[in-house]
Amino acid sequence: MARMTMIEAIRDAHDVSMSRDEKVVVFGQDVGYFGGVFRCTKGLQQKYGMQRCFDTPINESGIVGTAVGMAAYGLRPCVEIQFADYMYPAYDQLVSEAARLRYRSNGDFIAPLTVRMPTGGGIFGGQTHSQSPEALFAHVSGLKTVIPSNPYDAKGLLIASIEDNDPVIFLEPKRLYNGPFDGHHDAAVTPWSKHELGEVPEGHYTVPLGKAAIRRPGADVTILAYGTMVHVALAAVEETGVDGEVIDLRSIVPLDLDTITESVAKTGRCVIVHEATRTCGFGAELAALVAHHCFYSLEAAIVRVTGYDTPYPHAQEWDYFPGPKRVGAALTQVMEAS
Amino acid sequence: MTRNKVFQLHVPEPQCRPGDTPDFSAFDVPKAGEVDRPAVDVDAEDIRHLAYEIVRVTDDEGEAVGPWAPDLTEEEALKGLRDMMTVRSLDARMLIAQRQGKTSFYMQSLGEEAISCAFQAALSPGDMNFPTYRQQGLLVTAGYPIEDMMNQVYSNSADPLEGRQMPVMYSAKDNSYFSISGNLGTQFVQCVGWAMASAIAGDTKIAAGWIGDGATAESDFHSAMVFASTFRPPVILNIVNNQWAISTFQGIARGKAATFASRGLGFGIPAIRVDGNDFLAVHAVAKWAAERAHLGHGATLIEHVTYRAGPHSTSDDPAGYRPKTEAADWPLGDPIKRMKAYLIARGIWTEERHAQAQAEIDSEVLAAQKRAESRGTLHDGPHPSSKGMFDDVFEELPAHLIRQRQEAGI
Ligand SMILES: Cc1ncc(C[n+]2csc(CCOP(=O)(O)OP(=O)(O)O)c2C)c(N)n1
Ligand SMILES: [Mg+2]
Repeated sequence: MARMTMIEAIRDAHDVSMSRDEKVVVFGQDVGYFGGVFRCTKGLQQKYGMQRCFDTPINESGIVGTAVGMAAYGLRPCVEIQFADYMYPAYDQLVSEAARLRYRSNGDFIAPLTVRMPTGGGIFGGQTHSQSPEALFAHVSGLKTVIPSNPYDAKGLLIASIEDNDPVIFLEPKRLYNGPFDGHHDAAVTPWSKHELGEVPEGHYTVPLGKAAIRRPGADVTILAYGTMVHVALAAVEETGVDGEVIDLRSIVPLDLDTITESVAKTGRCVIVHEATRTCGFGAELAALVAHHCFYSLEAAIVRVTGYDTPYPHAQEWDYFPGPKRVGAALTQVMEAS
Repeated sequence: MTRNKVFQLHVPEPQCRPGDTPDFSAFDVPKAGEVDRPAVDVDAEDIRHLAYEIVRVTDDEGEAVGPWAPDLTEEEALKGLRDMMTVRSLDARMLIAQRQGKTSFYMQSLGEEAISCAFQAALSPGDMNFPTYRQQGLLVTAGYPIEDMMNQVYSNSADPLEGRQMPVMYSAKDNSYFSISGNLGTQFVQCVGWAMASAIAGDTKIAAGWIGDGATAESDFHSAMVFASTFRPPVILNIVNNQWAISTFQGIARGKAATFASRGLGFGIPAIRVDGNDFLAVHAVAKWAAERAHLGHGATLIEHVTYRAGPHSTSDDPAGYRPKTEAADWPLGDPIKRMKAYLIARGIWTEERHAQAQAEIDSEVLAAQKRAESRGTLHDGPHPSSKGMFDDVFEELPAHLIRQRQEAGI
């Protein structure tokens, strides 16, 4: 066991996967020699050579398109898109190709690839370094979408994603790379070395896709979150004193519906939190599922706390970001309703 | 029978990495003045060699030589120097401001000032640039107030973009400067569309697109080329080859092609390489391409050969991927020093006047910075109101955004 940042945990997941399976190849912009702009692939080229870890031209459609070809051949590419905001040129390769290859060829060809990308805001990155496009992937049949909230999960989920025989989108909340950021941007962030989920086992282990984790058990309200918002939700619970049950979904496709419905059946209330814009965000899907499956348990309307339906602004970042105050207000609101 | 070879993936590598001694011996620096200057209605086929050579005008003695030597007036030449010095001074101040925590981010154009300053000087009012984040010289040369640039960099209460964009992502329609997107390559093709519109509307304005060496790998670069080839709109397509794309050297984007300019040839678009650190050469080539466009002969592709002397951005440290002294060894020299040598050789400038101009420019930039900071910084505010965050998503605020704004309590 060692304490690791999320960056180190992701790097370690690559290392473990590459050493166990020579079919795993890693590439992307600045990923090879330099080890990635966030340093998540540092040292891999030195250790595994240029054939298995290399820099690519700046062409996202090329990165994902070649990964689909390699995966169909029998390799296991794990590629990086420098920021999720830059994945759009690759979207056609994901939607029309990676996601459907198994289906349209009746299993003759498959696309076991992992596409990693930093996601989310909180770094004053403006509209091109802050987006949370998870719903755009979740909406596509044939893509799995994973979003870790801590180093332990990041390593286990990434290894599981690489070993998965279907295409997986792996979104890394960049504001969590160095610590469990809870939305209090004026306060210093606790480093992962001081957090129990910064404790990362050595060697191989997996965290299964489609299994949520209850980060804090509670009786009064279920809070559904993933990525950075897990820590924001925990802070909001702490600060309001509402006995919230915080569920970290970890992957949104596949989704652990059982954990969600069991919790809401118990609490009777549900708040859904994500950083992405609201309209057709993944919260809409969650709200529909909860409404349908837990209709008779609900004591208050389901509330969503999300980014507003605007591009991600630069100077107004902290008014845009759904921080603990906004989540706390939603908790109070659902507790008052009944 | 020949035996099949067992394959290995070819991955290009730069000649030097940190710890190595920079080596530009393979970089052939042609003598100034040697490349011919064709007529502007020339066919791409007839000037294939210009995609491989380098147009250079200012020689080592500061003399402007050869057929491309432009006849700049004394005033134009001195303005060119002044614009470049202003850009460098502005960059230096904003870099420090970022380090002091006054804003989130900054990008310099250190070593590349000649390209945007000389190019803008060759455009006419109403023409439109589609710049990348490294062409601040276009704005400075077009006379956009540096104070407003700083207001944007600070996202302060006077920021013309209301704090919505990251630093340096300027927009200034009246100064021929299209709104910058952070997504690489997207605007290269939009620029072709703007030029097509000028043709459809029967206008006389031209457009200029900008892209880095690394970003030429994006599909949008190729989209731009094919539309420019098919519809022959009045457009100048600029590739700024500064050797690096963050940590990747130009060979990753260029592949087996000898030059970026040669990408134009397959599209039948005349392509010219120019010494990007030579103000006079850039100006001459830009004028040539602009005249070509204005006379209805269509697109030109220009590769500006230069070197990114600074880090990619304030988030980057090049010590991790290239030799520290590589910039100093760059064989095309420094654009400001070269322009100064030219002006001195021409007899219209002296070391004393240069030192005096430097002091004047620095104090103007500093004064502009003081004025900008009196309107706030990202760190300390005041910022544009958060209420405005909901405006301009659409022309009119729709009901759901009114509701969200109310919910936000701002
Ligand atoms: C579509 C897209 N992919 C990736 C990035 C991240 N990125 C920003 S700048 C850059 C390097 C660009 O290099 P180059 O085109 O040579 O321009 P330079 O920075 O050297 O001026 C990269 C990869 C981006 N902004 N947009
Ligand atoms: Mg470059």
